[in-house]
Amino acid sequence: MISYIARRLMYAAVILLLVSIAVYAIFQFLPFDPAALTCGKNCRPNLIAANRVRLGFDKPVWEQYWLFLTGIFVGRDYGVGSAAFTCPAPSLGYSFRQNACVTDLIKQALPVTLSLAIGALILWLIVGIGLGILAARFKDSPIDTGSTVFVLIGTSLPTFVTGLLLLIYLTLKNNIIPLNFDGYISIFDNPAKFFIYFLLPWITLAFSFSAIYTRYTRSAVIETSGEDYIRTAWAKGLKSKVVLRKHTLRAALAPLTTMAGLDFAGLLGGAILTETIFDLPGLGRMSLKAVNDFDLPVVLATTLLAAAIVVIMNLVVDLLYAVLDPRVRVG
Amino acid sequence: MTRLLDINDLHVTFPTEDGDVKAVDGISLTLDAGETVAIVGESGSGKTVTSLSVLGLHNRKRTRLNGEILVHTEAGAVDVVSCSDEELRKLRGSAVAMIFQDPMSSLHPYYSIGNQLAEAYRVVSKASKKDALKRCVEMLDLVGIPEPQKRVKEYPHQFSGGMRQRVMIAMALINNPRILIADEPTTALDVTVQAQILTLLKELQREFNMGILLITHDLGVVAEVADRVNVMYAGKVVERGSVDDIYYRPLAPYTMGLLSSIPSVYGKGTGRLSAIPGQPPSLISLPEGCSFASRCSFASQVVGASCATDAPHLIEDEPGHFARCHLALADRRTAGAKFAAKGGNA
Amino acid sequence: MTPIVKVENLTKHFPIKKNALARRAAGNVKAVDGISFEIAPGETLGMVGESGCGKTTAGRTIIKLYEPTGGKIFFEGEDITKVSPAAMRSYRSKMQIIFQDPFSSLNPRHTIGRIIAAPFEIQNITPEGGVKRAVQTLMERVGLNPEHYNRFPHEFSGGQRQRIGIARSIALKPKFIVADEPVSALDVSIQAQIINLLDDLQTEFGMSFLFIAHDLSVVQHISDRVAVMYLGKIMEIAPTTDLYAAPHHPYTKALLSAVPVPDPNTERTRERILLHGDLPSPMNPPSGCVFNTRCWKAQDRCRIDEPELLQIGASSVACHFPE
Repeated sequence: MISYIARRLMYAAVILLLVSIAVYAIFQFLPFDPAALTCGKNCRPNLIAANRVRLGFDKPVWEQYWLFLTGIFVGRDYGVGSAAFTCPAPSLGYSFRQNACVTDLIKQALPVTLSLAIGALILWLIVGIGLGILAARFKDSPIDTGSTVFVLIGTSLPTFVTGLLLLIYLTLKNNIIPLNFDGYISIFDNPAKFFIYFLLPWITLAFSFSAIYTRYTRSAVIETSGEDYIRTAWAKGLKSKVVLRKHTLRAALAPLTTMAGLDFAGLLGGAILTETIFDLPGLGRMSLKAVNDFDLPVVLATTLLAAAIVVIMNLVVDLLYAVLDPRVRVG
Repeated sequence: MTRLLDINDLHVTFPTEDGDVKAVDGISLTLDAGETVAIVGESGSGKTVTSLSVLGLHNRKRTRLNGEILVHTEAGAVDVVSCSDEELRKLRGSAVAMIFQDPMSSLHPYYSIGNQLAEAYRVVSKASKKDALKRCVEMLDLVGIPEPQKRVKEYPHQFSGGMRQRVMIAMALINNPRILIADEPTTALDVTVQAQILTLLKELQREFNMGILLITHDLGVVAEVADRVNVMYAGKVVERGSVDDIYYRPLAPYTMGLLSSIPSVYGKGTGRLSAIPGQPPSLISLPEGCSFASRCSFASQVVGASCATDAPHLIEDEPGHFARCHLALADRRTAGAKFAAKGGNA
Repeated sequence: MTPIVKVENLTKHFPIKKNALARRAAGNVKAVDGISFEIAPGETLGMVGESGCGKTTAGRTIIKLYEPTGGKIFFEGEDITKVSPAAMRSYRSKMQIIFQDPFSSLNPRHTIGRIIAAPFEIQNITPEGGVKRAVQTLMERVGLNPEHYNRFPHEFSGGQRQRIGIARSIALKPKFIVADEPVSALDVSIQAQIINLLDDLQTEFGMSFLFIAHDLSVVQHISDRVAVMYLGKIMEIAPTTDLYAAPHHPYTKALLSAVPVPDPNTERTRERILLHGDLPSPMNPPSGCVFNTRCWKAQDRCRIDEPELLQIGASSVACHFPE
């Protein structure tokens, strides 16, 4: 098992290395002079030249890449003399647009995205799985029909419609959830405000996911209920709640680990629509803004981060699955 | 002799959009302690539905049950058709246990053998986890699984098909049930493994004096283990008797047809098999008369009744030997002698 | 007379695919591991064995649905071992296969007319009187109603579907048919109908069969000779009457004694040889004689030397201590 994890981590490192090379290469083909982007419209040639040296754009590509790569582990120094500064390890570069180390920018945005994603994940797992199980147990009843309607709406309404509708009716018209002017508040500083701040984004994001998970859970539970080993469980004289909880759900929901893990990983890269609608300063908005501004170091860093999250979540999901399913574990 | 099971005029119907499927159409049978009663038939004959309804394992919401299934326990008789869900649950595993056709899919893939066996034990006996584990090892040993101490911790996929069926048997017998229902217990297994499992079942039956209700399509298996036989066709019993009655003195044309359809390992030569022409009728629109009439080669010889319009009744033609046929008994005896298994002459 | 099919030392190994966690290629499944036999024109060779013995793989390799790993295959005296899949097409009209599962081996979207006509289409042959007429003659021959030409497979029962499969396989009057468990998915009364049909077709067209089955009584009924396989090897091959009356290999003996007979008195009196244990893994078969782990006669020699097929009377037996 340990050698397996080590091997998977090594693969992960190789994949990330390849991603970083690819992204770096793409930037080399862009028809921009990165140094010219460091100052506004009225850049003078000598300022551009100075910035070029300060940020290392004068060096050959491979050396720039090498500096970027080593920066992740040992930090990186920029400029000389009184203008010198350091982005400490792990350094993902320096944003000349925002005049900040990229790592610091990510440190600000990540908690927002993390809070958004984790909250939404919990919400959609509870709603999706709960409703799916109910629909399966009371198949063909009004509950089941209701869940079908919910699935239909959830999967067909785009996030920006759901989000805007919620915003208009719950906040602007009826003021059930007050408008927030304070920006992001950490859960550790003020839990109540944190919840109010994230409630609508969570609902918005979880809405369509809940629908997908309801549909999956319902069909998985119905299918598993027809398995031979469930008939064996009944034949043992187990109570129906034991048959459902221990036997049916365990088998029906194990594949959900994979689904949830990958959906979650996707969100950590940034839920661009939701963050934009609710003006959340998360990773999604940050990368969107960076792309618009040609803020190349930020684009590079967020791309790499998103790739890293997906690769790592893949590993986590595989390990979790091995814990859940002995056939994977022993084989 | 102790009576364990009485099925009286059981009807099982599945309503569908195309009409009611009469899967079981009025079957009655009994099972005593220490004996093996077989239900033989082809697919769609209703044999499996009958066995599942004894434990209420059919889809209860989508099925209509009529008649009586009396399970005799030490505490008195329980009618499975009319009892509550809770009463039914308490019968399962303790009074009546069941093993199934496909041992590969009948064990939960995510739980260890020990876990699944202990669960079956503790739901009835309320033993401690430690005692339950001890009992599991004991049972695995009893059904002939080597190194039970070690294997009790393993998972189903680590066992071969034959070993899994042994595990299923251990699980079924862990609470000393009086009735064991075996639904095609060896159909999915190879012949050499089948021989092991059948031998094991016979030994365990002798040891615990269980009544076994055996469901199978294999007339060879029936000849090997059954004491009494019910031959089913299109939801009805068409012949009932001791194994010797059925194999050496068959009285129902369908039974004769079945016996002559099987090629035997102990050569009847390589002549043509006398196949039964045609196919079984649809269970949604059963013919008015005898269900077998359209495939029966004797239908034209019947005098005094019409096979196409009058449904024959199950009649005791000889003591303990019942058949459902309009043809004169003497004619059927003559015909039966022709189709009988060869060993009867020896 | 040249045999229709001759197989020399045929092997087919499947490399083990890595599973979800372990990535090592763990070795080979030796599904078929050096078998040799001949089938004469008009002859039926039965092939029996338990699941995992390699009989299905053997059947498919012989008509080159699988590429053989080693050995040689001759069809009517020509070596077809190395013939490319494209060039095999010209042989396909002479060799056909009938599959076990009448439910999954027919395309559900095609009418049965189209299914049965497929061999004509593939070989670019227009039979006399047109394709439709030929198909309907075939349908009638195998006991299907020719008017059902335009129906779809799901409208037929298991036995009728197997008749469709048979009609397709005899369309081009092949000289050799591999019948891979053609009746094991069917009920006994229907099974007898199909066996009789195959019997009649053989008499009529004089084709050869390789009849693969796990049911020893069915094989005995239909075969002229029988080969018993175990873990990819032939244990015994003999004329049917010899094999069933006087089996020489301990495995054949055990196999025969394990088959339940539909005759209660025989069942009560006969001695049964119970093999203990399970089939060893074909990935890692036992050394020497592959049957030694379950054989009651096994000696040291059996664990070291692999026995060769040797002639005993009319039978060939791979055993150091034959009965």
